Amino acid sequence: MPTIYIDNRPCTVAAGLNLLQACLSSGFDLPYFCWHPALGSVGACRQCAVKRFKDEKDTRGELVMACLTPADEGTRIAINDPEAVQFRAGVIEWLMLNHPHDCPVCDEGGECHLQDMTVMSGHTYRRSRFPKRTHRNQDLGPFINHEMNRCIQCYRCVRFYHDYAGGTDLNVFACHDHLFFGRFEDGPLESEFSGNLVEICPTGVFTDRTFKAHSSRKWDLQTAPSICPHCGLGCNTLPGERYGELRRVRNRYHHQINGYFLCDRGRYGYEYANSDRRIRQPLQVRRGQAPATPLTAEAALAQWAAMAKGAGLIGIGSPRASLEANFALRRLVGAENFYAGLSEPDACGLETVRAILTDGPVPSATLQGAGLSDAALVLGEDVTQTAPLLALNLRRLRYRKAAVMAAGFQLPVWNDAGVRELAQLNLPNLFIAAPHATRLDDEAAGTLHVPVPELLRFAQSVAAVLDAPEAPAADPGDPVTALAWQSAQALLKAQRPLVVAGMALGEPALLQAAAAIAARLKAMGRGAELCLCVPEAGSMGLALMQARALTAAMARGAADTLVILENDLWRRSAPEKVKAWLAQARHVVVLDHLATATTAAADLALPAAAPAETAGTWVNNEGRAQRAYAVMPPADPARSSWRWLQAMARSAGRVDLNGWQTIDDVAAELARTLPPFQTITELTPAVTVPTAAGKLPRQSHRYSGRTAMNAQRDVHEPKPPADPDAPLAFSMEGFDGPQPPGLTTRDWTPGWNSEQALHKFQGETAGLLAHHDPGRRLIAPAGKRQSLQMPPPAASPKLAAGEFQLVPLHFIFGSEELSMAAPAVALRAPKPHVGLGPDNGFAVDGQAVWLRIGDLLTEQIVRIVPGLAPGLMGWPVGLAGMPPIVLPAVARVEQ
Amino acid sequence: MLSAEEKQEIAAIAAHYELKRAAGIDALRMVQRHRGWVSDETLRDVAEVLEMSPTDLDSVATFYNLIFRRPVGRHVILICDSVSCWVMGYDNLLDHLQRRLGIGLGQTTSDGRFTLLPHVCLGACDQAPAMMIDDQLYGCLDAEKIDALLKNFET
Amino acid sequence: MQLQRPLTQNIHPGRPPLSLSAYEAAGGYQALRKVLGTMTPQQVTAAVLEANLRGRGGAGFPTGRKWSFVPMGPDAPRTKYLVINADEMEPATFKDRLLLEGDPHQLIEGIIIGAYAIQAPMAYIFLRTTYTEAFRRIAAAIAEARVNGYLGSNILGSGFSLELTLHASAGRYICGEETALLNALEGKRANPRAKPPFPPVIGLWGKPTVANNVETICNVPHILNHGAAWFRGLSRVTDGGTKIYGVSGKVKRPGAWELPLGVTIRELLEEQAGGLRDGLRLRAILPGGASTDLLTPDHLDVVMDFNGVAAAGSRLGTGTMVVVDDRTCIVGLTANLMRFFAQESCGWCTPCREGLPWLAKILTAIEQGRGEPEDIAVLKEHTRLLGPGRTFCALAPGAMEPLQSALKYFEEDFMRHIRERRCPWR
Ligand SMILES: Cc1cc2nc3c(=O)[nH]c(=O)nc-3n(C[C@H](O)[C@H](O)[C@H](O)COP(=O)(O)O)c2cc1C
Ligand code: SF4
Ligand code: FES
Repeated sequence: MPTIYIDNRPCTVAAGLNLLQACLSSGFDLPYFCWHPALGSVGACRQCAVKRFKDEKDTRGELVMACLTPADEGTRIAINDPEAVQFRAGVIEWLMLNHPHDCPVCDEGGECHLQDMTVMSGHTYRRSRFPKRTHRNQDLGPFINHEMNRCIQCYRCVRFYHDYAGGTDLNVFACHDHLFFGRFEDGPLESEFSGNLVEICPTGVFTDRTFKAHSSRKWDLQTAPSICPHCGLGCNTLPGERYGELRRVRNRYHHQINGYFLCDRGRYGYEYANSDRRIRQPLQVRRGQAPATPLTAEAALAQWAAMAKGAGLIGIGSPRASLEANFALRRLVGAENFYAGLSEPDACGLETVRAILTDGPVPSATLQGAGLSDAALVLGEDVTQTAPLLALNLRRLRYRKAAVMAAGFQLPVWNDAGVRELAQLNLPNLFIAAPHATRLDDEAAGTLHVPVPELLRFAQSVAAVLDAPEAPAADPGDPVTALAWQSAQALLKAQRPLVVAGMALGEPALLQAAAAIAARLKAMGRGAELCLCVPEAGSMGLALMQARALTAAMARGAADTLVILENDLWRRSAPEKVKAWLAQARHVVVLDHLATATTAAADLALPAAAPAETAGTWVNNEGRAQRAYAVMPPADPARSSWRWLQAMARSAGRVDLNGWQTIDDVAAELARTLPPFQTITELTPAVTVPTAAGKLPRQSHRYSGRTAMNAQRDVHEPKPPADPDAPLAFSMEGFDGPQPPGLTTRDWTPGWNSEQALHKFQGETAGLLAHHDPGRRLIAPAGKRQSLQMPPPAASPKLAAGEFQLVPLHFIFGSEELSMAAPAVALRAPKPHVGLGPDNGFAVDGQAVWLRIGDLLTEQIVRIVPGLAPGLMGWPVGLAGMPPIVLPAVARVEQ
Repeated sequence: MLSAEEKQEIAAIAAHYELKRAAGIDALRMVQRHRGWVSDETLRDVAEVLEMSPTDLDSVATFYNLIFRRPVGRHVILICDSVSCWVMGYDNLLDHLQRRLGIGLGQTTSDGRFTLLPHVCLGACDQAPAMMIDDQLYGCLDAEKIDALLKNFET
Repeated sequence: MQLQRPLTQNIHPGRPPLSLSAYEAAGGYQALRKVLGTMTPQQVTAAVLEANLRGRGGAGFPTGRKWSFVPMGPDAPRTKYLVINADEMEPATFKDRLLLEGDPHQLIEGIIIGAYAIQAPMAYIFLRTTYTEAFRRIAAAIAEARVNGYLGSNILGSGFSLELTLHASAGRYICGEETALLNALEGKRANPRAKPPFPPVIGLWGKPTVANNVETICNVPHILNHGAAWFRGLSRVTDGGTKIYGVSGKVKRPGAWELPLGVTIRELLEEQAGGLRDGLRLRAILPGGASTDLLTPDHLDVVMDFNGVAAAGSRLGTGTMVVVDDRTCIVGLTANLMRFFAQESCGWCTPCREGLPWLAKILTAIEQGRGEPEDIAVLKEHTRLLGPGRTFCALAPGAMEPLQSALKYFEEDFMRHIRERRCPWR
């Protein structure tokens, strides 16, 4: 740990940092633009100049760029040296020469790094009298607004989008002071991570287009720490609300999960909460027989009480509901009557994941850890579509590999351009075997596109090589064994191998095969890790509850009174069977925030709070439990599902749930009841006030218009609603001190109004938040069973001419339920179609074909899916407009 | 559409470099030689052969000033505007040329014959002022010489 | 006498260059045979080091030292590169063109020897597009050399192999900066690279790479033919060899000549270029290309070598000077130079991308009579703010050299423009 001297103050910093990181980590303010904690240094903007002195006696010193200079032992620098101060003022003056100074109408205003740095560098008066250059803006699609005139040419956008995230449709054009950052032509940005431009861009060139449509100032948003509800990775988010509407989602830093980034589904899916499909009031639905009629909460509960009287209750939980909501349902109906509301393959897959991670010897990887592995094998999963941020982290493997080489040249990991120079010829040890090409294939040293039985044969061959590493390479004519040999050799050489698999193909054998490979590596003493992708935000929590699948409930025959929690059963099982089962039930009550086919088939629909309106605990795919807090209170009479369930128990004459005052009480009972959840009470500070000074405010001290917002209804400012479920207040008042990690409602500190303020809350730049990250792992490998057993090989189905095995195709935009209720995401979703490989022999892209699948005859448009293996037909999962087919299935082409 | 020969030529160029994309400038110069300029469509085709996105190739193409991304005349005049030629009377020469052709810098004559572009030092400072028409360098220019020169291109 | 100008001995303006056989007949490829037959790579580098050959591309770095940074031996990477910088886009510079057009085989021989010294199996000539005649001649010479076994695998049976590729750039001054040149060769935008890493360690495609100027590498065969002592003896100063000097501007005989390193400005101007045209008086000299400080008539006896010009407050640069006479406006000249630098900025770092256009606008305004008194302070401030170490590469500091010296020697010219609201030289 070198000691350096900054403005004559000795500071001990971590080894291997540059001076900019060292200054920021030591609490100094130093302006910068082109550097970014995740992107490293390139020295383009020249804003971070400091004076470096040879030794104590040196008074002249030389100007260096802090971001490009190592913080070596004994380095002496001055941030406050007059020449350095003058130079930095010069840089900001240059950057502002062409800036339009349109802060009053700019969406970035108030959360703008350029504003902050301009103030910090002391640029006040404009000296140039010459006209400013202007640009034409591009239409970049529904997510991103483009305003090139504001550009300060820091290159961060290209460095993130192109270099870091692998996008090929955004770059920099032209030369000298004509630089233009954009696309070859207008059109939606193709990368799944484009939304990060909003935070990466230090000014208002790339802004959130959905936020712009809501016309808000960023400081007027009410914010609370939340967890992304759109996939199983558990990225940390910071949604913002105003006027009862969710208006944007921003990244909330978590060192070990999402770091600085979100995917576009996570960032833009939020508008499900504003959807017209919201259920805002209790509804008497009468199974769609008559128009639904609104009820008061009391009336609805009274109806429920009548239904519940003397009836047998069956509860169907949900992978998109929180732990507490599911547990409350389980308590209401009794453990033996509680079902997970999962499809059969999902239930089976999740149980496999649970068993592998709890019993097996191999720990699950964090997302950050996945990006640090030195060899990775992806078995069957199109991670960009099913676990986007995992894909972004796997894209780091190439950089990681080059950084190791660079170290041999004394080149530090933050020297971005230098490391990339080494990276370009060196593909990482990433191997992908899947039914078709994936968006990550460009980063892979080897790929294989084969049907599931062949994937299993591949896994088997990998295991065989691991068992006998000295055996000669297999037949190079067989791509399956050839890649198996290549990837097994790489995994063997790795210190930190990673095996990735998931539930996307609905084939638990793939999970077992991945586990068996990882277990072998572990047994050989490698630091092997497993990353198993699960579909939904609540999937893993349900898995730990070990409830049975929906089909088990249906197998019990006609139900008496069914209580369905935040779940559209149409997505879980064959629709005609679900429909029939619901029709047989005496009573059907559904709690949800969105109207679905299931709510339409109910007697009673109760308005649940959306995830952003309620506190809840979510367990991500690695087994980490994290608490999300309500960003805004649900609009009365909507309420958290667990509160409905508690009220339902009470209405039915029960007293046993009355003790629950807050969500912590529910969590505490869950912790006592089910062993895997023993530690969730330690997740966050107690709901009780963290300090005597009050709760933490969800609104910033700059929040405006509070007294006027509802003046059309009442000129008296109402008392802010109370939130018994969080140590946070729906107001500007409260404890103004440091916010503990996990309770951050914003990253703000004087002088740092943008997300760049983060370093003030980290131990060191890009490090842990205040030395620890929120959340707690519930799963540790017990190592009980050395699950070296490979699943048995699967038989390839016999297909006649013109027949295709259907294989699931997942889409980041389109396959997930909630985000598709967000118009911007829906715009990016594909149209209904079926996928065929390029050499399918009869259909071209865009051609319509008639297919017979079981009893169903359907016409579909063909889209060519690169690499899709012969004999397979891709079937979009969860995509609106596709006929309801339960996989596995075979499609026959009808002439 | 690129011709088969063009595609072959690009592949041959690419063989000289470690990575295909390095052939981008050579390839664009080659198609420009055939077509005068690089249209969006041509750029797309070249990008496809080099397995790059059009955005990435255009990012490189637009960096340079001798990849023409807009149509040019049949003959491109590059007039040197750098220091030695400036000392030797570039201003007057340019005035004359513009009057003579009836166009300004960056423009093409209405008959599509000439495009007039300024260019940095042509390395003919001892013969300043100088200019190039297509591939040929002309030095020690004055108004008369220019008039005589342009005559050669009038057929 | 011939030997006193080794680089240009075979060059006769107006005549085509020597064919391979004529070049051989004139003693060509002898050095290569000697090197491949009798010398180790280390010996070649040692000979160049001993000859005190300093780079002719503008920075003057000792060539042998540069070569010695390249990792050698069995553990070194097998792929290494030698890159020849034939971009020559610095205004007022026309010396490499003479060598490129005049004697391509001399260049090729130098390249093969240089590549052998660093054991590079691959070399590139990075040529600016507008040198079309040079392109044709070099391409033909490379083909000839290949047919005759001087290029390709197992050159002259020595076991050493070399592929040589001629690459024509699409035009940008910054491509001449050696790390920008590497990016250009990789098919990227020609932004310079941060150093470290230095190209001899991490260069083209991350492999060890040496970049040498055309004139530099053309000296190499002669050093190996005649020895380091002879080479040092060519020069009047401690750095070895001759130099191709050039003079442009309103002189009687503008041109380029190979002369001993260390002639004075006066010799060049008066003896070689024949002095100023009748009726003109000397006001200033831009000694070594656009990015060097102006000198004045007081500096006529300055010795044109690396140290001599530096001592006078300027740089030898490329050794090709522009003569500024008393009818030429210094402000206009400075504005012309600044417009050049502003336009040729690669756009990577802020000071250069934004500062230079601002300066160009100010200087143009002053020249056109729209200057303001405060402009002088902005100009002066920028000469400090855009100094060495502040920008990413040497382009912007180079641009400050003529400006700061113009303000130093001719501030009154600027003031007159501003006061009179017109250019007094028009
Ligand atoms: C903006 C800029 C332009 C340059 N242009 C050239 C050039 O056109 N030709 C050249 O040989 N060197 C040029 N150089 C110098 C090169 O960076 C490098 O020092 C040189 O090629 C090394 O060769 P040498 O050691 O043989 O001189 C330029 C440098 C800068 C900063
Ligand atoms: S990766 Fe998944 S959890 Fe993370 S932001 Fe995207 S959708 Fe949300
Ligand atoms: S942050 Fe250091 S140069 Fe941009």
